[in-house]
Amino acid sequence: MGGSNGKAMNRVGIFGLTVITIFFVVALLAPVIAPWDPAEQHQAGPELTITERLQPTSEHPLGRDDLGRDLLSRIIYGARISMEVGILVVLISALIGTLIGAISGYYGGWADQLLSGFLFNVFLSFPSILLAIAMVAFLGPSIRNLILALSAIGWVGYARLMRAQVLKVREYDFVTAARALGAGDSRIILRHILPNAIQPLIVQASLGMAGAVLSEASLSFLGLGVQPPTPSWGVLLNDARPYLRTAPHLLLFPGLAVMLTVLAFNFIGDWLRERGGD
Amino acid sequence: MSSLLLHFCKRLLLAVPVVWAVVTLVFLLIHIVPGDPVRNALGENATEAQVIELKRKLGLDLPLSRQYLEYWGGVVRGDLGASLVNPADRVLEKVLARYPATLELALAGLMVAILISIPLGVLAGRRRGSWIDNTISVVALLGISTPGFVLGPLAIYLFSIKLDLLPVSGRYGPEYLVLPAVTLGAALAAILTRMVRSSVIEELGADYVRTARAKGLSESRIVFRHALRNGLIPVVTIIGLQFGVLLAGAIITETIFSWPGLGRLTIDAINSRDYPMVQGCILTIALTYILANLLTDLAYRLLDPRIRS
Repeated sequence: MGGSNGKAMNRVGIFGLTVITIFFVVALLAPVIAPWDPAEQHQAGPELTITERLQPTSEHPLGRDDLGRDLLSRIIYGARISMEVGILVVLISALIGTLIGAISGYYGGWADQLLSGFLFNVFLSFPSILLAIAMVAFLGPSIRNLILALSAIGWVGYARLMRAQVLKVREYDFVTAARALGAGDSRIILRHILPNAIQPLIVQASLGMAGAVLSEASLSFLGLGVQPPTPSWGVLLNDARPYLRTAPHLLLFPGLAVMLTVLAFNFIGDWLRERGGD
Repeated sequence: MSSLLLHFCKRLLLAVPVVWAVVTLVFLLIHIVPGDPVRNALGENATEAQVIELKRKLGLDLPLSRQYLEYWGGVVRGDLGASLVNPADRVLEKVLARYPATLELALAGLMVAILISIPLGVLAGRRRGSWIDNTISVVALLGISTPGFVLGPLAIYLFSIKLDLLPVSGRYGPEYLVLPAVTLGAALAAILTRMVRSSVIEELGADYVRTARAKGLSESRIVFRHALRNGLIPVVTIIGLQFGVLLAGAIITETIFSWPGLGRLTIDAINSRDYPMVQGCILTIALTYILANLLTDLAYRLLDPRIRS
């Protein structure tokens, strides 16, 4: 597209990068930034009603949850979980997906039939979050199983992309030249084909971060991901539901954190894609 | 028409290995449970005899290959086994009882998405690069990034608690469908808006549109009778793919709004470790998704004469 949209797209990309940088710093420096220990239960005066105890105060700017824990600190620590899960899921699924996609595209033949003709379709025939829910439901809820499940649904995107790139680049003269010079398969894939596929893979990784953060929060919200008392954003949202009527801010702030992060990663992905397309 | 039928049969045949793999994966799920699934379900207080008895009843004491054949036999006969928690409950009956509610919700979500996305997408596409296009694009990205579990409760807070316009939860009449359908359909509406927009832009640049303009047709006739008609074809294909996302998203939406559908049943079954029930729910959703994709493919062929011939 570009053209008249170019400037707007740049703004979008800068906004996305800024938000993600802030969230990364917050996640890394959580113990320094957070005003309180996220697990510490602050007792409120006995004269206060439960509703009053949840409200923001000068000491707890976003209020406290039903157990008296500081919401701001919990959201800050929640950024750690989101980023950690997101990065691991993207790394694992990109690694597996790229490898399988490269094999499928490079060797073709029955390997390609089996992988892209069958395996990709099987994984695509589950709505992705459903497969993750199924895996976590049977493996049991934990961060490790969550990462495993999200990687299991994430790799197909990278695999299809890599396969398409390999098919495109495989026939180029420089690949033939490299082969004529005696380069082996793995060298051709790693040194000649992969660099050409890196741009779309990065776009996919950015969108993959958005998807992983969103899925982590979804599963944790359903009680199938990160388990309380660990402060994942999804856990915070679920904890807040009973108090929707009297303390909607308990839901609003973690919700905004999820939205902003997902939005920023989507922005970055879109921006990179438009840049690559020009 | 006969070539269409032939094509449909071909697609049906191609779906066979996928269905086989889906059933196999769902069958295997119960075997990835760490520890003993029956003991998990019965709890710590169950005696060894109770565990063995229930296992025998469910066929979980048989060798894996026998269990696999039995499972397939059951699927073919339309028998998905019995609940682990209430062995008197047949899984398929429970699933079918909840099925209409989920289908209703997913279709309503789809309607919401279509009704929002077509006008917005056309508007944005016609005014490409204008402030209205930019606004719609940003709102669409916002919509894609807003998860149902944030949008749903906020919608409840605004429309049910503050404005007292719509009910909070349950399924007792058409007004109960509004908030869940909007919550479920919002993200899809955003995705489709972006698709309709780029489709309209592409079609408006096509030769036949130039011809139509040269003939002096009105702009609205060009957009709605010509460009949109062709532009919607790729949108239809994506609807089939996205229907699965709606079905899966219904799990979250149903949890928020206490909507008595398959999603609610899935989560309840997961929480009570009723593994056969979870398997039944997941299998049903996955098969519905495969069917939806088949039907979409058919619709696509019907709509696009270039492919039909």
